[in-house]
Amino acid sequence: MANVASTTASAGTEVTARALREAVFTGFITLGLFFLFVGLKTDQNIRNELILTERWGLLATFVAVSMVGRFLIVAYAQPWLAQRKAAKAAAPEIARGEGFFRRNFANIAIAALVLYPPVIVALVGVQGSLKWVDNFGIQILIYVMLAWGLNIVVGLAGLLDLGYVAFYAVGAYSYALLSSYFGLSFWILLPVAGILAALWGVILGFPVLRLRGDYLAIVTLAFGEIIRLVLINWTEVTKGTFGVSGIAKATLFGIKFDASKDGFAAIFGLPMSSAYYKIFLFYLILALALLTAFVTIRLRRMPVGRAWEALREDEIACRSLGINTTMTKLTAFATGAMFGGFAGSFFAVRQGFVSPESFVFLESAVILAIVVLGGMGSLTGIAIAAVVMVGGTEILRELTFLKMVFGPTFTPELYRMLIFGLAMVVVMVWKPRGFVGSREPTAFLHERKAVSGSFTKEGHG
Amino acid sequence: MALDTTTMTKDPILKVEHLSMRFGGLMAINDFSFEAERGEITALIGPNGAGKTTVFNCVTGFYKPTMGMITMKQRSGKEFLLERLPDFEITMHAKVARTFQNIRMFSGLTVLENLLVAQHNRLMQASGYTILGLLGFPAYRKAAKESIELAKHWLEMASLIDRADDPAGDLPYGAQRRLEIARAMCTGPELLCLDEPAAGLNPRESLALNGLLQTIRRDTGTSILLIEHDMSVVMEISDHVVVLEYGQKISDGNPDFVKHDPKVIAAYLGVEDEEVEEVIEEIEEIESEQGGMKQ
Repeated sequence: MANVASTTASAGTEVTARALREAVFTGFITLGLFFLFVGLKTDQNIRNELILTERWGLLATFVAVSMVGRFLIVAYAQPWLAQRKAAKAAAPEIARGEGFFRRNFANIAIAALVLYPPVIVALVGVQGSLKWVDNFGIQILIYVMLAWGLNIVVGLAGLLDLGYVAFYAVGAYSYALLSSYFGLSFWILLPVAGILAALWGVILGFPVLRLRGDYLAIVTLAFGEIIRLVLINWTEVTKGTFGVSGIAKATLFGIKFDASKDGFAAIFGLPMSSAYYKIFLFYLILALALLTAFVTIRLRRMPVGRAWEALREDEIACRSLGINTTMTKLTAFATGAMFGGFAGSFFAVRQGFVSPESFVFLESAVILAIVVLGGMGSLTGIAIAAVVMVGGTEILRELTFLKMVFGPTFTPELYRMLIFGLAMVVVMVWKPRGFVGSREPTAFLHERKAVSGSFTKEGHG
Repeated sequence: MALDTTTMTKDPILKVEHLSMRFGGLMAINDFSFEAERGEITALIGPNGAGKTTVFNCVTGFYKPTMGMITMKQRSGKEFLLERLPDFEITMHAKVARTFQNIRMFSGLTVLENLLVAQHNRLMQASGYTILGLLGFPAYRKAAKESIELAKHWLEMASLIDRADDPAGDLPYGAQRRLEIARAMCTGPELLCLDEPAAGLNPRESLALNGLLQTIRRDTGTSILLIEHDMSVVMEISDHVVVLEYGQKISDGNPDFVKHDPKVIAAYLGVEDEEVEEVIEEIEEIESEQGGMKQ
């Protein structure tokens, strides 16, 4: 026994010594790397002269953080991981049944979302709930819906679309323009926006049918930019970069959300607050997102949905089985675009203002990143990815304590994209197929077994 | 050419006439004609690069031939000119299904799903082009149940029923070959074109394949056209063999006739340059003999 104890003790000191050594090396490397990047900074003084600011304190912080981090990784994290791996390998495979939470994840998530606004109102009051319902709830749900819409094109049919935001723009402008020119209500224009976006999906689909992979991606990217440039330059109709403002709000069965006598607050005897409208919008986008999910789940079990997935796996085999791949691709584009259009018209009604600036390429990239990160084809994975990505960037705004660490000029929002990129790299290394890499089969004979991500293809066109 | 006339009776399902296919300067197929009889297994053989797969791609619409006519005559008497149809309509309307030399599975879909995808067109109609199915009409539910029954039938035929819920990419090679045939059969074809179905199979598996093909022919009356290098398969099961070399037909007849045709032997074994003339003389001799016998 004593022997065993002494060997573990000596192993412990050995690890600590190695950790210390590596920490020192890391410190040197960090110093070398950041000496010019962080330690010195060029600035302009009041006479426009270039001066050198020295930031030795900050450099020391960097070095210290990296040294401590390396020490902790080598001394504690690595042995712990190795131990866990060994334990996992030793443990028998049987006790791996899915827990209650896992099995009912979707139902629990929906229930949580339905209860979210009342809970928030109860916790922080009606006015305080504005931020949480609007910035977090609605914002995330819009991206969930967009990503679910794009998932049909990219995740199921395997057609890489970098211009998805174009359909979002078509939906938003359809509502904005048709409501301000013709005074039509949101509930009429919601389907109209969807249909118009689907139409544009088909218009985009036709020329790109023959293209695959990179070429398809480039053309869809160009399409997205064309739509945006048309919106900027067609000033007579779209008012160009000024955008369309004063877009009519949505109504709940004809009840308006305003301060008038027959407004929502007056009818229900509540004090006037814009929070009620936001809560209404929250439920609206929740319903739209759930509609998207429902239709996607249903479509996957339809012949057309199976044809999409088959198209992703092998287009030539599809044609040999008598599947009209042209129609299949077009329906994928149209269906995906339609949900983009719905989301767009919701966006317009929520903001009350649309301008081409909301529909830049970055938006397409973010939506695509969410789809890829979530696991192509998986609704749950995509929803989680949207929460992490969009919610994460919103959380950054809340981290005011960082100002105390990095000084009052530090604005965490500016590091949004940096962190976004870093998170993507980390997730892709850790889970190369996204959060949920496996695929649920649409039909089964004996038992439903998830298909591992290593068999599914990403699509090539 | 005596023996090849014996089968020239009744009812050809596929008639290929003067088929030519040119890729740039290369004449892959040159004035190639043959017929496949209804209910028979017709084998298309020839050395590597002879143009067999090109013929297949022309028949199944993946290539548009430079010249020639390909007529498919269905049981109902309906005729289709295959060179005029786009590839997917050849399977959809003319009822010609095919497999590929290098297997093309939907590897991320399960075995069962692979067979359901093959029934796309019928299910598409039953689901009212998705709209009725999306609304949950019973007609689609019934069709979906039937499609699973059909898939089950073919899984049993291909002895894959135990692997029905596994991803197709997870199957061993021989099973993937069988699955590809089962999938093609799920489209309900009258003519099944198999591109080297026995490639890469061990002797036991290729024996099982023979059984499967014969069962298909017996039970469904589907005519089969196959390309094959494995002579144990070709000679065992085919009723009619067509030999292709350098894009031209060099022999056409029943397996026994083809096996002993000196042109075929020359094409397969190859001959020294000085022997070529010798062989040709020999062939001519035999031909004149046969001609004499016929007269």
